[in-house]
Amino acid sequence: MQWDFNSTTPVYVQITEQIKLSIAIGELKAGDKLMSVRELAAEAEVNPNTMQKALSGLEREGLLYTHRTSGRFVTEDSELIARLREQLAAEQISTFLKNMDKLGYTAEETSDMLKTFPGK
Amino acid sequence: MLVECNNLFKNYGGKNALNNVSFAVEKGKIIGLLGPNGSGKTTLIKILSGLLTASGGSITISGDPVGIETKKIVSYLPERTYLSEWMNVKQTINFFSDFYTDFSEETAYDMLSRLNIDPGEKLRTMSKGTKEKVQLILVMSRKASLYLLDEPIGGVDPAARDYILKTIISNYSEDSSVIISTHLISDIENVLDEVIFLKYGALMLHMTADEIREQHGKSVDALFREVFAC
Repeated sequence: MQWDFNSTTPVYVQITEQIKLSIAIGELKAGDKLMSVRELAAEAEVNPNTMQKALSGLEREGLLYTHRTSGRFVTEDSELIARLREQLAAEQISTFLKNMDKLGYTAEETSDMLKTFPGK
Repeated sequence: MLVECNNLFKNYGGKNALNNVSFAVEKGKIIGLLGPNGSGKTTLIKILSGLLTASGGSITISGDPVGIETKKIVSYLPERTYLSEWMNVKQTINFFSDFYTDFSEETAYDMLSRLNIDPGEKLRTMSKGTKEKVQLILVMSRKASLYLLDEPIGGVDPAARDYILKTIISNYSEDSSVIISTHLISDIENVLDEVIFLKYGALMLHMTADEIREQHGKSVDALFREVFAC
């Protein structure tokens, strides 16, 4: 995986977001086995405890699950993955709308602009 | 608690190098010991390693006061090299292997080959950076409970720095902790669990790296620059 961290948000939050994105776009597929915490931490150059914290959170959300002996896997619940993708899309739209609002466009004007946006 | 430090003082003549420092370190953590020059970082590390004795207060590692017992489980990287210049790397490894029962030659040779260091090369002919790498390899090849690293990455190039950080991450275990003092905060802050700021020998702040970002909305590096602005 490609990891990219900013310097203002806690690292575990950023790891969580980046793994969610990988799952949503199918880079990590349903049922895929993840590397060990230590391997992932070394790859991302972060503390193993931080990686563990992010993975535990994703487990609580049901996006990952641990098989006692064989490791950690991506959920096979395709509905859950579809919902995750929608949720991420909704976040993108809401950020976009907020920024358009700052620029002084109403939601309607923005919507009209989108329809005629060049290069679509 | 792996390390417990209570009301520690250290005076050099009339000067207070450490002033009532108390903190505790759990097992399995990587702690950044940060502070400007002369803030007491090296003094604190030297007391933990047993090279200096405190003027007051108490310090225990794994329940024992600093002494022969704790030296067995503490692996210390000083800021200056102390290796014998006339030895080659292989001889130095044998020396460490004789000296420390928890030393793994296999780990050491593995890291040397990853960093393209020839075990036959004498320390005398090595560059400063290479010597620092050798020294860190020796320190990290012990299966210690506490690693004390005083400025471990200052003299090495950025590529080797990444490898060294990966080495630190993959070599320490749930039973051991690492205390790193450095000025290169942005390079190491993603590997830190906790951060300790020292200022004029006093403990200013002890927080997790996550708490710093959550509460201050900025990196450890940015907070340091703010707190210690000249």
